[in-house]
Amino acid sequence: MTEVTTAPLRVAREGDPPLPRRHLLSISDLDRNAVERLLGTASTIARSLDREVKKLPALRGRLVVNLFYESSTRTLSSFDLAAKRLSADTMALRSSGSSVDKGESLKDTALTLAEYDPDVIVIRHPHIGAPDLVASVTHAHVVNAGDGKHQHPTQALLDLYTMREALGRLDGLHVAIVGDVLHSRVARSLIEALALVGARATLVGPPTLMPRGIESMGCEVSTDIAAIKAADVVYVLRMQQERMDAGAAYVPSLREYTSEWGVTPGRLRPSQVVMHPGPMNRGVEIAPEVADSAVSLISEQVRSGLVVRMAVLYDLLAGGPGEDARPLEVA
Amino acid sequence: MTLFWPEGSGDSLAIRGARVIDVTAGIDGAFDVTIDDGLITSVEPAGDPAPDLVLAPGFVDPHVHLRVPGREDEETIATGTAAAAAGGYCSILAMPNTDPVVDSAAVLGALIEQARESAAIPTGFLASISKGLRGEELTEMVELARLGAAGFTDDGHPVVSAGLMQRALQYSGAAGRLLALHEEEPTLSRDGQMNEGTVSAALGLAGWPSIAESVMIERDCSIAAYVQRPLHIMHLSARESVAAVRAARERGVAVTAEASPHHLCLTDETVRTLDTNRKMNPPLRTEDDRQALLEGLRDGTIACVATDHAPHARHEKETPFEEAPFGVTGLETAFAALNTYLVETGELELEIVLERMSSGPARVFDLPVPRIAVGERANLVLIDLDARWLVTEDRFRSKSKNSWLLGQTLKGAIVKTIADGRVVYAA
Repeated sequence: MTEVTTAPLRVAREGDPPLPRRHLLSISDLDRNAVERLLGTASTIARSLDREVKKLPALRGRLVVNLFYESSTRTLSSFDLAAKRLSADTMALRSSGSSVDKGESLKDTALTLAEYDPDVIVIRHPHIGAPDLVASVTHAHVVNAGDGKHQHPTQALLDLYTMREALGRLDGLHVAIVGDVLHSRVARSLIEALALVGARATLVGPPTLMPRGIESMGCEVSTDIAAIKAADVVYVLRMQQERMDAGAAYVPSLREYTSEWGVTPGRLRPSQVVMHPGPMNRGVEIAPEVADSAVSLISEQVRSGLVVRMAVLYDLLAGGPGEDARPLEVA
Repeated sequence: MTLFWPEGSGDSLAIRGARVIDVTAGIDGAFDVTIDDGLITSVEPAGDPAPDLVLAPGFVDPHVHLRVPGREDEETIATGTAAAAAGGYCSILAMPNTDPVVDSAAVLGALIEQARESAAIPTGFLASISKGLRGEELTEMVELARLGAAGFTDDGHPVVSAGLMQRALQYSGAAGRLLALHEEEPTLSRDGQMNEGTVSAALGLAGWPSIAESVMIERDCSIAAYVQRPLHIMHLSARESVAAVRAARERGVAVTAEASPHHLCLTDETVRTLDTNRKMNPPLRTEDDRQALLEGLRDGTIACVATDHAPHARHEKETPFEEAPFGVTGLETAFAALNTYLVETGELELEIVLERMSSGPARVFDLPVPRIAVGERANLVLIDLDARWLVTEDRFRSKSKNSWLLGQTLKGAIVKTIADGRVVYAA
């Protein structure tokens, strides 16, 4: 059954540019070529960061607005620094201390910001679909920096980048994703991204935290922590305590979760690497010895976050697949 | 008397050559129909058939949100009933989940007065089962029924307490009215945003599982059998629910059911757009569930198509998907949507659509059954099956524009609606 005609998701507005603006709302906005291009740009940028003067002139005069409705350390700081390293102007707006506190709707906030003609709006929001709404009411390129339990595409891209840097390949790589998949936008983005580059994903965790029907995204599911041993990469999800409504009883206790699904040295085999999107609950989903060990790529992930977000901003504004795309020049 | 609208006299007109389809009366053929002072006075074989025009018994919608009192910015009795007239309806029933709730004679009486002043078609009102929809105390059903309540429902909310459900079913007998139930087990549906399944897994939206509906249907059918009372299940969405209703009917429970055009036409795949006009309660489900609803409609397990017309203010739907309220409008598009999505594609017969939109719901709610026969009051809809039209906001008479069909071209347009002998809409 297909729909007879589909209403356009984004209503065209007067003054819209002739070509559709590119956004990064979801990993599904990308194809394999786009992922390769973004990771390639990130590698180029990474080399430039070894120099004493780290600023590139690529986005001089452009405006990147960071609109954050949820707390964030890594994502906000890296988007902010990424834009600055590309010489763009940046502006950060947090929900607390702004008109959002006074009940302003997201649409009205977006329309207000649109009056400054931002080139990119980076948005994090607790509710699914918020980036799509901003994309529909402004002329900016919109980057989803996390919307509810839906998507966090730049996290998935930086994770791919980190894996490729550490292990030299993505195709055929086997990644075990461990923990609270149900509430994780990181997991959803990563599962899609791994499928896109030909890697294999196995989800491991308690049955109550596995979304019904998740196998349809092209991954395997196991409730046995021993299943992580077969993987090249063990990707540990944050136990999302703040999303566990009281009485929901997804797991009987954190104590039992840790004893059954916590990633400890004894549950890993040599030559595996461990990743975590942060912030960690040490001693809950990941043992401190693992987080601080040589197999941990957690600090590499943070460094990757900067270069990958620079690559995303550059790609949306100056790069991309089109004929007028300029390859990034690092003099 | 449970339908109200301004007093007036019947019109006189003739409709010539249309294909007259009245499943109840067993008529299907080209006839000239003459109406004098609101009464059908002759039905004669047509000399000059107009094959694209269909004349059928007027539609009856047992499930409309008119938003009065309290949200007159979203809909009024005048705009909602004008929308219904444009959709081919000759009578509708409005839901009581308003502010204040229709749970007292005072509120119901005021609504009836408004309908007598401003309704474009005969309009009835369901009162709530429980005071304030809180699921704790019963409303004064006998008094409400005497005043004109067409039935009782806590629509928007389930009756969570099985004990209250039992007493409501028993007591509705004294009122002589049907209970219409919104079935949702709240500890299973929780904060669900869409059907639980592969699409919710991919999107991360909280799942509202099909069993949250069917386990309550099974519970309430068991209670209804025990107390020997009929009941009506609103807006069925899932295969398990259709099976539960069918099984109860087979063992003699007097249970009827309805389904909405959006559940019959769409699946949860469409939620991937994150368009807030794809957010309904109960949610859109899978293709398998949709097929089960079609089977239920065909075999009569589902007796009615009901729009669940749910107007919402623009600013409330222009939000992230998770913040948006549930519901879409439907009165003005119901027939065209079913005709385009189901009849034109061969999934459903036109006759079944026409019957389930008219005499099916009329019988369930004990309303006058529209019939095309000499001596009957004229309750008719004239349809141009071949007309194509683009669904745009400016076409809607409804105050709200939250339709899932915006931007789509539909086939089948209402040409004329006659309600209780009066022409209430002419294209």
